[in-house]
Amino acid sequence: MHELSIAMSLVEAACEKAAEMEDVRVEALHVRLGALSGVVREALEFSFDLVAEGTAIAGARLAIEEVPVTVFCPSCGEERRLASIQHFRCPVCDTLTPEVVGGRELELKALEVTETCSSLAS
Amino acid sequence: MQQPRIVEVRQGILKKNDQLARELRQRFAEAGLHVVNLVSSPGAGKTTLLEKTLAHLAPDHRLAALVGDLATDRDAQRLAQAGVPVRQITTGTVCHLDAEMVGAALAGWDLAALDVLFLENVGNLVCPASYDLGENLRVVVLSVTEGEDKPLKYPTIFNGADVAVISKIDLAGAVGFDRSQALHNLQEVRPGLEVLELSARTGEGMEAWLERLVPAGRVRRRA
Repeated sequence: MHELSIAMSLVEAACEKAAEMEDVRVEALHVRLGALSGVVREALEFSFDLVAEGTAIAGARLAIEEVPVTVFCPSCGEERRLASIQHFRCPVCDTLTPEVVGGRELELKALEVTETCSSLAS
Repeated sequence: MQQPRIVEVRQGILKKNDQLARELRQRFAEAGLHVVNLVSSPGAGKTTLLEKTLAHLAPDHRLAALVGDLATDRDAQRLAQAGVPVRQITTGTVCHLDAEMVGAALAGWDLAALDVLFLENVGNLVCPASYDLGENLRVVVLSVTEGEDKPLKYPTIFNGADVAVISKIDLAGAVGFDRSQALHNLQEVRPGLEVLELSARTGEGMEAWLERLVPAGRVRRRA
């Protein structure tokens, strides 16, 4: 289970960003998680709360957007969404599709923040 | 109650690892060093394969290896018998190698004086998939004793590999290994994946593996 390591990297990245902005409270982290990222959503959610505790972003929500695997089908000449990551085949024509276009994402997409009192007063 | 605002970040969560891996890849390229990352489940035979590989290649090539394990330096001791520099990376509770560990373990080695560096990852088919180590070649080892459906159970790591090695083929008959199903499953999770079948113990298939690692004429020979 490496989600604890991933959660630590995520919290670190979010804290750095938050520090740059000054006087904000981080309400939520928007994360994109590809089906080929190797990360299990539930394990990441569990680890996140543990890791975030006591940091500048403690209490923030983790909003995960799951990204399915998209491949390029050489026969159709189109991007297609895989039905299952166990079968890299075009869902339309059944051709093998080695070219992965999306689905490896492991990305902090955005922070959802509110201004804290000191910034409103200034 | 004020409205929250959204601040775009768009940053890889493993940005630090990816950055360190890029730097390592650059260093390896400048040193003319070929780096192979071996991943598999525990007990697939990575260490035995590496032992035999080092013994075969050591007379004509300058080799080194880093070995990751949660605990003990037993693997490093085994590999060092080939007479090549070996360092153990003991990860404690961490289930994979990352670029920072690799970079730290290389300290003091003259990379330009090496031809091939092997990174034996922690035995695990899940976590190492997420961590780029700056390698040129990622090899996933699947032993016949694990069963032909392993690629379907762990598609992510097989999909991210450059080469799959089916190991322990001398035991295939004893365990009823379905070879054609295994080959089919590998192609399902990674169409076009290069597959090598071998037994490090009997030596069957080793030649093709060694040739894949150091194509004749491409790697400098020891003076």
